[in-house]
Amino acid sequence: MPVSLSRDGDRHWKRRTSRAEWLRFAGWLALVMLFIFTWRVMTQDTIWAFVLDAPRQAADIGSRMWPPRWSYMSALWKPLWDTINMATLGTLLAVILAVPVAFLTARNTTPSVVFVRPVALLVIVSSRSINALIWALLLVTILGPGVLAGVIAIALRSVGFIAKLLYEAIEEINIEPVEAIRATGASAPQVLAWGIWPQITPAFAGISVFRWDINIREATVLGLVGAGGIGVNLESSMNTLAWPQVTLILIVILATVIVSEWVSAKIRHALL
Amino acid sequence: MSAISRRWTPPPLIANRALRYGVYAGLCLYLLVAFSTIEFNWTRMSEGAARAGNLFAGFLRPDFTSRWDDIEAGLLESLTMTVTSTIVGIILSIPFGIGAARNIAPAPVYAFCRAFIAVARSLQEVIIAIFLVVLFGFGPFAGFLTLAFATIGFLAKLLAEDIEDCDPAPLEAIRATGAGWWQVLAYAILPQVAPRLIGLSLYRVDINFRESAVVGIVGAGGIGATLNTAMDRYEFDSAAAILLIIIGIVLACEYASGFIRAKVQ
Repeated sequence: MPVSLSRDGDRHWKRRTSRAEWLRFAGWLALVMLFIFTWRVMTQDTIWAFVLDAPRQAADIGSRMWPPRWSYMSALWKPLWDTINMATLGTLLAVILAVPVAFLTARNTTPSVVFVRPVALLVIVSSRSINALIWALLLVTILGPGVLAGVIAIALRSVGFIAKLLYEAIEEINIEPVEAIRATGASAPQVLAWGIWPQITPAFAGISVFRWDINIREATVLGLVGAGGIGVNLESSMNTLAWPQVTLILIVILATVIVSEWVSAKIRHALL
Repeated sequence: MSAISRRWTPPPLIANRALRYGVYAGLCLYLLVAFSTIEFNWTRMSEGAARAGNLFAGFLRPDFTSRWDDIEAGLLESLTMTVTSTIVGIILSIPFGIGAARNIAPAPVYAFCRAFIAVARSLQEVIIAIFLVVLFGFGPFAGFLTLAFATIGFLAKLLAEDIEDCDPAPLEAIRATGAGWWQVLAYAILPQVAPRLIGLSLYRVDINFRESAVVGIVGAGGIGATLNTAMDRYEFDSAAAILLIIIGIVLACEYASGFIRAKVQ
């Protein structure tokens, strides 16, 4: 316990030693200096006239955006349907791809910790590091614009997410049922089916539904790079400066996200 | 004696039989319909096959050098954007998080903070970025604002939930000594939420870097703009180099934050 003597000889308790306090101070100082430095680098090319002009611009666009053009809704049902399909089919494809990856990654089920696990981990990290929008950007140049590129982009981004959470769930399973089933003379696939799988089903279902919910949100913007869905309408409305349509699209997106969040919360609540 | 099968089957996920088969049938039907709406443009895809080949070749032999100046500028923007937006986002998310915690915030403040968080969370970063680019002009400043805004939505919500889950005993104990609101905050709540707040902040650094690669696509600065340009020029080897750099930095961030979190918690 760090104790210091004051001038008149009283003993004072302190939370930290002087050394620890100086170190903390140095840490905070370094953080502040890092912030100032990065701020200066970042804003060296910023045109402050535009920044100061922003409130006026906001008021201007705001006045153009209201009221929303409700009649445009008839053109939005099909893209909305595509958006939901992209999210759902993408999640499904991701689940199919992620299950084997998760089993190859989990320490207790991987065939080889030295050779297979690092490769599977690399797959997970690569998939997680790259946003669905960037995957879509790549896939649109390869597959052409459309829903298919969106489905695959969603799937490629979700594989890492689902596999990561699933392999963590696999690593946390109770080993006793697995050993009991193995003791009956079950083969490896049987151990997997009867010992491991039942233990992770709730986690698996929960993770998939959670990711579906995130994917709905991501699917709404994939159209910006041409991968289908409601984002295509957003892009074209913005390009033609049809602000009332933009407002309507944003309202539709917000409503969809809220509904999907509610559905996913309900399903997860029912499952767990 | 008995013809009853004694074969055991595991309990199904959905206990009610009618509901179970209903859900399965509904799902199959939906998948069929959804799948049939996808257009497969085979001619376009066969054209794209060559590009796919180029892309894979690019990953095998990424070209870091010929566009290095652009990549460097993009990376610098992305990294500075990440640092500034995370720090500003954390600083702003603390008042919003405290305001959105039911157990310590007054009702009107609670309602306002919750509404703000809900909007910040449900709009995609890219959509916010589009608007902020329109308002603030092209460049990393718009990206910085986008990421800071998204950070508030993310951190404030989790912080508020953490505060609501706090053990009430220390709160009462500190209140019983006659402590004011600020003192309760500093001595009862902060020690309980600080470790997780630090962990989440580090996690957010990582997310912000990944997102900084995306907001560039709509003009908000950063490595995403460089990537977009490379893709537009069909320079797949440069694009592959950028993607590999992104993956590498995310990996480094993840390791570093895991290390720091292990030390803090």
